[in-house]
Amino acid sequence: MIQPFVAIRNVSKAFGKFQALQNVSLDVQAGQVLCLIGASGSGKTTLLRCVNQLVRIDRGGIWLDGDLLGMRVQNGRLHVLNDAEIARQRLSTGMVFQRFNLFPHMTALQNVAEGPVQVQRRKAGEVKAEALELLARVGLADKAANYPSQLSGGQQQRVAIARALAMRPKLMLFDEPTSALDPELVGEVLAVMKELARSHMTMIVVTHELGFAREVADRVVYMDAGRIVEEGPPGQVLSAPNEARTKAFLSAVLA
Amino acid sequence: MSPGPAQALAEGFPDLSGLAVARRMRWGRWTAALLIVLALLALARAFANGQIEWSYVGRFLTVPAILDGIINTVVMAVAAMALGIVLGVVVAIMRLSPNPVLRAVAGGYTWLFRGTPVILQLLLWFNLALVFPVIGVPGLWSGRAVDLMTPFLSALLGLGINQGAYTSEVMRAGMLSVDVGQYEAAQAIGMSHLRALRRIILPQAMRVVIPPLGNEFISMVKMTSLASVIQYPEVLHSAENIYYANSRVIELLIVAGIWYLAVVSALTPLQMLLERRFARGLTGNSG
Ligand SMILES: Nc1ncnc2c1ncn2[C@@H]1O[C@H](COP(=O)(O)OP(=O)(O)O)[C@@H](O)[C@H]1O
Ligand SMILES: [Mg+2]
Repeated sequence: MIQPFVAIRNVSKAFGKFQALQNVSLDVQAGQVLCLIGASGSGKTTLLRCVNQLVRIDRGGIWLDGDLLGMRVQNGRLHVLNDAEIARQRLSTGMVFQRFNLFPHMTALQNVAEGPVQVQRRKAGEVKAEALELLARVGLADKAANYPSQLSGGQQQRVAIARALAMRPKLMLFDEPTSALDPELVGEVLAVMKELARSHMTMIVVTHELGFAREVADRVVYMDAGRIVEEGPPGQVLSAPNEARTKAFLSAVLA
Repeated sequence: MSPGPAQALAEGFPDLSGLAVARRMRWGRWTAALLIVLALLALARAFANGQIEWSYVGRFLTVPAILDGIINTVVMAVAAMALGIVLGVVVAIMRLSPNPVLRAVAGGYTWLFRGTPVILQLLLWFNLALVFPVIGVPGLWSGRAVDLMTPFLSALLGLGINQGAYTSEVMRAGMLSVDVGQYEAAQAIGMSHLRALRRIILPQAMRVVIPPLGNEFISMVKMTSLASVIQYPEVLHSAENIYYANSRVIELLIVAGIWYLAVVSALTPLQMLLERRFARGLTGNSG
């Protein structure tokens, strides 16, 4: 079997006494889309945040493209990386949040260009051209000069996707990117994500949009109470789940 | 259930669309206005009949000593406030740092300088020579404290460092008011802690802190008058020097008062400009 692009091994995370993730192990192959489903509070967001190192794991390890995240093995011990090293590792992952989190004091274009110019120190002119291309790619070429407050939710989320892509990430993480949107705006964001999947971006997507998962996902993972209960191709997990908990969850979502 | 066009409306509700809206008599407002006008008249009469030579007020309003004084007041207020804001931002960042040593140092600074009167701090700086006759960097440079601690420098340090303690709390509140999602989004595009604060958190905090900082600046303009005790020639000090000579105490105090009011009034439009600048993107229609 080829080396997985993302390898999550025996990851556990507790907040105080509460065990949010318990022994989670997972592989994502390069160019694949993995959809994470599960009830609220089952640990999906926490898992994504561990991969992006917004949360530090208690046990286990996460490898991205062969690199161990957040730690280094030296003389038989684990050493936690410093903030600068962690910031550098984050450059290879893009994250899209449920609540967009665009920078409200910057225009759409400035939001997209901020990371490449300020963090990657690329030339402003070249970045601007690329940022405009990205905005065009998410269908917002004419909104470059708008502030987030002048955009609809769906438009804001598309800018957020462009902002993440501007860092040229190798992996994209989506945390319920459409659940803060009015129903009629969900489609435009999903369309951008489908286009991204077709271009072979490796993606981990937390979503309740089962139609999207069925159409785009290579694998679907069902989580409950901080554990992976079931995983497999969408046809199996979504249509013919083995586990009773998965069945119960799916019938609740579809009801 | 569905109200179709055939729905019958109940009778007995007259059509109001033809009637004009009558003006309301606002008795409360009229009474209040009348009382205030009466009080002002009484006050004006008192001042007109009182022992005030208004011609002196007019004459001394623009004498060079007073004009120098108000310039010194404004210079000190701006310089001390600038020092206060720089210190305030640094200390606020320290207080929100993950490093416990920095947090403790910042907390200690705020505690010390908020806990003692400004006038005492001014006197301490001015009399620093009593504690440290010679100050400087060993091997590089040194000087006698008496020469170094001029009224200007003592006032700047005293007022600025004191202001920093207050400003740090204002800045900290402003930074805490920014949604944590902003910090996470900044981290997600690879920003370090400090860059996220500088590029993302502080610009958004500015919008919240400008009104309280405007307040602080107004206090600072007036607080500079305390520097008269250490011989800094600000406007109150100039007024005092003049009335020691000519005994026109009240007239010169009024002159100083007029100037303070003028400076403070000029600050309000300035604050509005700044508020608009930092509200960029945060209201629906700004461009
Ligand atoms: N920073 C935190 N501190 C304490 N508890 C947390 C924190 N983040 C998440 N949790 C808890 O961990 C559990 C899993 O949360 P989350 O990963 O957000 O679930 P999901 O995204 O599947 O809804 C929840 O019960 C939540 O309350
Ligand atoms: Mg979640």
